Amino acid sequence: MDLHTLSVAALQKQLRSGSVSAVEALDALESRISIVDPKVGGYLSHSTHQARKEATAADLSKPLGGIPIAIKDVINVTGEGCSAASKILKGYTATYDATVIRKLREAGAIPFGRLNMDEFAMGSSTENSAYQLTRNPWDFSRIPGGSSGGSAAVVAADEAYASLGSDTGGSIRQPAALCGCVGLKPTYGRVSRFGLIAFASSLDQIGPFTKTVEDSALLLNALAGKDPMDSTSVDLPSDNYTRLLGQDLKGIRIGMPKEYFIEGIDPQVDKAVRDAIRHYEALGAEIVEVSLPHTEYAVAVYYIVATAEASANLARFDGVRYGHRADNVQNLLDHYTRTRSEGFGEEVKRRIILGTYVLSSGYYDAYYLRAQKVRTLIRQDFTRAFEKVDALICPTSPEVAFRIGDRSDDPLKMYLADIFTIAANLAGNCGISIPCGFANVESKRLPIGLQLLGKPFEEAKLLQIAHAYEQSTPWHRERPDLSSSGL
Amino acid sequence: MSAEFDVRYTAQLARLSLTDAEAAKFQSQLSQVLVYVEKLKQVDVSGVEPTAHSSEMNNVFRADEPRDWFTSKQALSNAPRQANDLFVVTKVIE
Repeated sequence: MDLHTLSVAALQKQLRSGSVSAVEALDALESRISIVDPKVGGYLSHSTHQARKEATAADLSKPLGGIPIAIKDVINVTGEGCSAASKILKGYTATYDATVIRKLREAGAIPFGRLNMDEFAMGSSTENSAYQLTRNPWDFSRIPGGSSGGSAAVVAADEAYASLGSDTGGSIRQPAALCGCVGLKPTYGRVSRFGLIAFASSLDQIGPFTKTVEDSALLLNALAGKDPMDSTSVDLPSDNYTRLLGQDLKGIRIGMPKEYFIEGIDPQVDKAVRDAIRHYEALGAEIVEVSLPHTEYAVAVYYIVATAEASANLARFDGVRYGHRADNVQNLLDHYTRTRSEGFGEEVKRRIILGTYVLSSGYYDAYYLRAQKVRTLIRQDFTRAFEKVDALICPTSPEVAFRIGDRSDDPLKMYLADIFTIAANLAGNCGISIPCGFANVESKRLPIGLQLLGKPFEEAKLLQIAHAYEQSTPWHRERPDLSSSGL
Repeated sequence: MSAEFDVRYTAQLARLSLTDAEAAKFQSQLSQVLVYVEKLKQVDVSGVEPTAHSSEMNNVFRADEPRDWFTSKQALSNAPRQANDLFVVTKVIE
């Protein structure tokens, strides 16, 4: 039996029945990593010593007892590196656990490995990592999406049972779509960000990458909850996110936002998503057309708000308390300027400069304040739509995975790759990407993602709706060919 | 507005220095982005309140009580330079 191919739920059953041990589950991953990761490049590092100790002592009665979970390199795990795939944090060792890590440990899980990403989560292809490329397991000449490209690729390549990522403008959902796995962005405030290196604090949210919707619910059970260390985490009674799984869709209304079905979408993506909508009708859901009239402004609002917040958040990298520090500096200004110019990569510099500009004296009202007002209108669009429907349905990405290098010199084109995911971060609602088919491109099969957006704090219903589709379609069972011939 | 965008001046506000090649490239790329975001001018925002973030909350308080956290050794463990259990900074006053 190929242990590494198991879902979290299936592995949990095997562990509890005693047919495999937590150490064997870890060994299976290590052996898989050694075979496929030289090609995929999803892991920046993985240290087996500590994980093995934890596996030996695992309490299998806990909800995620003995299950290794791979972690995006932007979330602090005590004793491990946490570089945000940036040179400026090379050599940094975390001295504390992020709240999500503490909660995973409390649920019995084992944080394992550090996953590649776009530097400081800025990008849609993982090409902005200062360390390495990550390749799409379905076609090694293509990107895995981003910024959580490593988190998506290792789950798709069966080198992780599940992983954590972060989503500021689509950084969980878009790579999940492009790699053919399940990616959940919880509602803003559902999961604590304490211990997540901040990119844009009004948008960032941590969430799971999994092989199935059920696994996504199991991980959210562990991750969710109010945290005194993150004042934006919301104090709501804890929910059981698996409670609605398996219920039928009678009485569920799903909205098709007409602004999301536009020219410019890859025809194979458009067809797969329209087929999925018909499938939902067959499952008993009612499909209605809705309008989100301010959709076309979302990307512009996002690149003002997110870069403004990033320029403030990244001011902390000053070469004093942690991270890179320039040598032989002449004075304080030289110290800051050389430390930051040597440490940050190109896209990070570009965004800090843009964010600094939109906040600078004389431009604040024209850019930042106006963007915040349009953000209000985008939120109101969603509030109105959710008065009529339980969820919205659309493509996760207008296209399938593009070739490595295709967009690197055109930031604006790269930014437009996030066109369908960004609004959920601006509005704060939850969203999920699930596999809904494949596009045939140059004799390769490339995954297509279906995005479902749910009302704030209604993840249980969102997961129910996603699960009903998944369980009645074959897509989530498909895997890339990584046998020795495929490699 | 984007005509007034000066990449070197803005970079210096953010404590970044750019090579000539970087400056030329960023000037052109970011000018394009600024032209793109001009579309926000089409939107009527009169009477619209700004959104700072999406959850409906105001002040969040917790009990102001001391608790265990980093030791100074842990806090200093990633410092590029330290002395006498303190961070070493570059001289601020000449």
